[in-house]
Amino acid sequence: MSGDGTTAMVEVRGVHKRFGRLEVLRGIDLDVRPGTVTVVLGPSGSGKSTLLRAVNHLEKLDQGYVRVDGELIGYRRVGDKLRELPEREVLKQRTRLGFVFQNFNLFPHLTVLENLVEAPVGALGVPREEARARALELLERVGLADKAAEYPRRLSGGQQQRVAIARALALEPKVLLFDEPTSALDPELVGEVLDVIKDLARTGTTMIVVTHEIGFAREVADTVVFMDGGVVVEQGPPARVLDDPQHERTRAFLAKVL
Amino acid sequence: MTALTPEQALPIRQPADSAEELRIVPHRRPWRLVAGLVALVLAAQFLHGLAVNPGWDWPTFRAFVFSDSILRAVGVTLQLTAYGTVLGFALGAVIAALRLSGSPILRTIAWTYVWAFRSIPLIVQLVFWFNLAYLYKRIGIGVPFGPTFASFGTTDLLGALGAAVLGLALHQAAYAAEIIRGGVLAVDAGQLEAAAALGIPKFRQAWRIVLPQAMRGILPNAANEVISLFKGTSIVYVMAIGELFYQVQVVYGRTGRVVPLLMVATVWYVLLTTALSLVQYHVERYFARGSERHAPPTPWQRLRAAVTESKEKRA
Ligand SMILES: Nc1ncnc2c1ncn2[C@@H]1O[C@H](COP(=O)(O)OP(=O)(O)OP(=O)(O)O)[C@@H](O)[C@H]1O
Ligand SMILES: [Mg+2]
Repeated sequence: MSGDGTTAMVEVRGVHKRFGRLEVLRGIDLDVRPGTVTVVLGPSGSGKSTLLRAVNHLEKLDQGYVRVDGELIGYRRVGDKLRELPEREVLKQRTRLGFVFQNFNLFPHLTVLENLVEAPVGALGVPREEARARALELLERVGLADKAAEYPRRLSGGQQQRVAIARALALEPKVLLFDEPTSALDPELVGEVLDVIKDLARTGTTMIVVTHEIGFAREVADTVVFMDGGVVVEQGPPARVLDDPQHERTRAFLAKVL
Repeated sequence: MTALTPEQALPIRQPADSAEELRIVPHRRPWRLVAGLVALVLAAQFLHGLAVNPGWDWPTFRAFVFSDSILRAVGVTLQLTAYGTVLGFALGAVIAALRLSGSPILRTIAWTYVWAFRSIPLIVQLVFWFNLAYLYKRIGIGVPFGPTFASFGTTDLLGALGAAVLGLALHQAAYAAEIIRGGVLAVDAGQLEAAAALGIPKFRQAWRIVLPQAMRGILPNAANEVISLFKGTSIVYVMAIGELFYQVQVVYGRTGRVVPLLMVATVWYVLLTTALSLVQYHVERYFARGSERHAPPTPWQRLRAAVTESKEKRA
């Protein structure tokens, strides 16, 4: 782990998040080096989704900060205060972070192609023709070029999630965040989505992936992070965290899911 | 005709021995047929009565249904409906947005508006606007509690028609606001989250992502409102505005032919409501795109398909 923040693409420092009385994140520190894959594991309710959402400021923080490529997300430093940015600027920052949801959240009233074109045109002002050409390339990449004119609800779950990944890629983000991308899928569709993510890993995309797929973690992750009760219990290369866990809680969790 | 060979003639009587040869026969519903016939007889009787009973006085109906004064009155009714709808829904959209905003003050203002205008009967409100000149002789534009830059006589600014449009629009806005708010609330929260995660600007999120999806919930209720407003405009007859119902009353007051003139009004209301329903049907189909696995064909498409199919069969 590098602590100086210059070599990390994503830098999470001392992040706390409370929902009312419940403290869901209790001081999270995390570094993600550029071009690496970080897989976050942990039992249900341990705060994995909240952490991911905090990284692109879908959740406000109570303490600590997140930096992506050196830039504070959602806040501006004024003296020793972190002042929240206006929504307009947070939205601009989010175009540099791709987010893939468990339930895809594709726009059902837009075709697959329009889903991919919407953000580049609407948020970045890319000319429509250029955005379309790029969208078609991305659909080709996830193997869905023939579905460009289709509406999302007429696709299978696996196809929808691949479209959602392509949609996130359309903004050419620096980091991709995945929140359990295969949990809503039938078992036989999990593979096709994981294949797309593996392909992205090979081409050096920086990613944070929350998942319960231990096999995927072992194969693709550079770093595995195990969370429980709002803290990072341990982290390290998959060989160490998955095969030789140091903490009792990690061992208990792995025993249950393996 | 050639004689049938035994092999061709016989199989009809023999039980089929493979699954494909079994014929599928729909369940018979004899009572459906009986009920249909009874309904047809009753309808025929009613139509016959309409045609031969002299009380309906069809010659008078024919004389007035396309008369200038009635057509003009239909025009006024349509105008009131159009202004009431457009202004009502525009204001309603603003109120719905306030009601959904993060500001407690704006939310309270919007709630109060809806509460007030749903509480006051429309007719009371209309008469009130009609008599506004009694309350405020002049209306001015300026700084609140400060100097006035321009002022107008209330009666110049707000004629009877203006008062009617104002009343209808303000009343409509309260209902439109709730309909729009309901439609927006029905859109999955994940949609806004996805739009926010993609960095799509706020206004575009509302316009491109939320509203088109909210329209599915809004449209049936909005169409109800437009149609009920269309017929509801007849309430402004209390202000002596020459809309359809008022004009019909004027004519039968003069001629004493109540029934045929009521029929004139009824026919116009029915015709135009039908037109509105057709528009609704097609607009709803447009906003349903992407929602069903297969959008069902329109009656028109079904008719055309049936025609081409029968042509192909004959060919
Ligand atoms: N918006 C919210 N309001 C209140 N509590 C919340 C909210 N979001 C999450 N929580 C709570 O925070 C805790 C952590 O939730 P989170 O979704 O981050 O867990 P998770 O690790 O992603 O779990 P899972 O594996 O089930 O997705 C849970 O107890 C949850 O109930
Ligand atoms: Mg989660």
